[in-house]
Amino acid sequence: MVPNTADNLLTAEPPRRNALVRFWTTYVFATDHKIIGLQFLFSSLIWFAIGGFFALAVRWQLAWPWSDMPIVGPALFAESGGQMPPEFYNMLFTMHATIMIFFVVIPILSGAFGNYLIPLMIGAEDMAFPRLNMFSYWFMWPAFGCMILSFFMPGYGPAAGWTSYPPLSVLASSAPSSGGAQQLWVLSLLFVGISSMMGSINYMTTILQMRAPGMKMFRMPMTVWALFITAIMQAFALPVLTAALLMQLSDQTFQTGFFIPEQATANNSTAASGGGQVLLWQHLFWFYSHPAVYIMILPAMGMVSDMLSCFSRKPLFGYRPMVYSITAIAGLGFVVWGHHMFISGMNRILAVSFMVSTMLIALPSGIKVFNWIGTMWGGRLHLTTPMLFSIGFVSMFVIGGLSGIVMSAPPVDIVIHDTYYIVAHLHYVLFGSSILGVFGAIYFWFPKMFGRMMNETLGKLHFLLTFIFLNCTFFPMHFLGRMPRRYAAPYVNESLEGLHDINVFITWSAMLMGAAQLIFAINFFGSLFFGKKSGRNPWRSNTLEWTAPSPPQHGNFESQPLVYRGPYEYSHPDREDDYWPQTDPATEK
Amino acid sequence: MNRFWSILFFSVPILAIVTFLLTQFAIWPFEEVWFGDSFSDAGKTIDGIFNGIHLLSAAILLGTVLTIGLIIWKFDHRRYEPNSKATYFSHNTKLELIWTAIPAVILVALAFVQMNAWSENKMDRPMTNVNGTMVETPPTVLVKAKQFGWEFYYPGADGILETEDDLYIENLMVVPEQTDIVMQLESRDVIHSFFVSDLRLKQDVVPGMVQFAWFNANRTGDLQILCTELCGWGHYKMSAKLRIVPQAEYDQWLADLQSEYYPSE
Repeated sequence: MVPNTADNLLTAEPPRRNALVRFWTTYVFATDHKIIGLQFLFSSLIWFAIGGFFALAVRWQLAWPWSDMPIVGPALFAESGGQMPPEFYNMLFTMHATIMIFFVVIPILSGAFGNYLIPLMIGAEDMAFPRLNMFSYWFMWPAFGCMILSFFMPGYGPAAGWTSYPPLSVLASSAPSSGGAQQLWVLSLLFVGISSMMGSINYMTTILQMRAPGMKMFRMPMTVWALFITAIMQAFALPVLTAALLMQLSDQTFQTGFFIPEQATANNSTAASGGGQVLLWQHLFWFYSHPAVYIMILPAMGMVSDMLSCFSRKPLFGYRPMVYSITAIAGLGFVVWGHHMFISGMNRILAVSFMVSTMLIALPSGIKVFNWIGTMWGGRLHLTTPMLFSIGFVSMFVIGGLSGIVMSAPPVDIVIHDTYYIVAHLHYVLFGSSILGVFGAIYFWFPKMFGRMMNETLGKLHFLLTFIFLNCTFFPMHFLGRMPRRYAAPYVNESLEGLHDINVFITWSAMLMGAAQLIFAINFFGSLFFGKKSGRNPWRSNTLEWTAPSPPQHGNFESQPLVYRGPYEYSHPDREDDYWPQTDPATEK
Repeated sequence: MNRFWSILFFSVPILAIVTFLLTQFAIWPFEEVWFGDSFSDAGKTIDGIFNGIHLLSAAILLGTVLTIGLIIWKFDHRRYEPNSKATYFSHNTKLELIWTAIPAVILVALAFVQMNAWSENKMDRPMTNVNGTMVETPPTVLVKAKQFGWEFYYPGADGILETEDDLYIENLMVVPEQTDIVMQLESRDVIHSFFVSDLRLKQDVVPGMVQFAWFNANRTGDLQILCTELCGWGHYKMSAKLRIVPQAEYDQWLADLQSEYYPSE
């Protein structure tokens, strides 16, 4: 018998298994960070399509209230002839936001790109805890299951808004959906939270412990820095959300009354318990959900920094200030939650301190924008699809950031709070910035993930149409500052009648923007099978993942990568090539 | 085609600012956008801050995105020799200090400029002279929000709210012009929010809390109160009329309401 030593294990032939077993071990019980990353990517993209349809249904109702919905209307609402009831509308915007935030943006950034890129970019063979990583994806499925199940509960599904403010979300008598559907919603988010927590522990450990020799912290690409800071934010913010969700669940299930005031009634039925604080939920919820805003944008900022530098063929401008400003955004992000609550009934003096911290957060964000511009200035720009999406990200982030300053002023927020001005702002940040960043990243790392290039012509067309229609959709919303959010039929109120035409325009733009995503779907799936073979380093980029084969095999690198320099040595004057890989031992030429 | 992308990015701030300006001139389809001419002086102050920050934003938007367009115009690699390299620099401490310090000063200034408006609208409740001492103005009207409507209570003959003889009316609030109006806001069930865009007034109405909001309308008119916190299926139609009338008309209206309630007196 051969002794069971490490050398023998490495050279031993892996036992042949049949195809079915191989499928299960590779794709379901996957512990390889790349497979898990792709699992996150595909499930997020599917949910992205579903969430997008929800948005279009919302827009349908806002343009043509109570008109028969095409295709789905007669099937869902046979008794009314195809028009949606107001409870259904409330479910639509609630689930649009919930899906986009918890099933799309957070998992695609941290789950998909975090998993795929961290080990490859720091030169590790896998995550520190591969099985924990597997569980982090598995825990998404009970979350998906609960959310899908909630659609079959009374009231069409959760309909208290993605913020789920009690007492509406807690008193079953206040809305038909505030029973089983709302409990499933809470359960679903608890599972998402467990998944994110497992992920963030893994990312922190991997980045701190498993960097290749020579990969100092300040030689890490911005993508890794951003994912690292994001993981820390998640680890600190999630426990608060988890506690708040458990309290809400217990209020719904055991009538504990954490968030239910004394003698609370709705529809003539008095709550069994009371003595709680309605505002407590809002404080706890926003203590997580404001940092979550940064969890949803910092990784995109990191990836965009890398893409801008690569396609400008120029070092990132102010690498250290970029790292420090991400850290500052993350730190300040924990003390600004009150700006969601200026007029909630919270102590009115407190609003002033939250205003100051919110204004301060504009500072590191501004530094980032200026540094991105400084990165491009004097470069040799290659306007590839990922580069266009990155530049799009920067310019949309400027608009979203500026409207953020507008609403951080409490007197102004009195007027625009909970109106379409806020809707405009948040979509400029979440769609205009985060999603454009995600698209750019998909076009950029697709060759590494699948070994094939995506089609550039289709990619540019996709960018052009998305960019035009996103602005046509979200920019006019700023002007609707008098129109409250979450209205199923705004125009029954005479003061809002005159806003109908603009809403029709917005709906048409949104539908065209939705249609433009078909180009992406065709390009993505077409390129999977028919894309041009990419080779290892199609973009002539410096970072470690491009030294591995495309796609990298299990274990990532053929030999231990050694790191000699930072990730942004483009167009170095001492070299002939305009890039200088981090692993290149040569000191010059 | 070389210039296409830079023109696309040039057009972003220009089109944004042009449409923004168009909205100021009540042209179709922008006849009724924004908030209209303010019905209160406090609202005019808020409008001033709003416009000021927008002006500043327009300047920053122009500056940054036009620069981006210019960069695409100037530094496209196709405009250079095939092997031409980018200018190699990685930082510029002086420049970075400048573009950190200037925004910092502007932001701190912005923070101070608006503090007064906030305290005027939300912290300093109007005072009234009662027998030589200044006291907080008592509420003119008690507002109770419920799914899906507004209840308004006016003091009866005793002139005090929350007593037996209060007068009650639903979905119509009448107040005199050019008077400090204090409202006491309460909710009967879930969270609602009292929003009158023409007065630049909004306050969440939270169950379990008693809150006060105030305004001083500078002219008469019929306005609309809307609910701006999701409160259930009928949220979209939870509105009420707010009628601002001259003092004499208000007194008459209140007297009529009184006699409607207590015809014998």
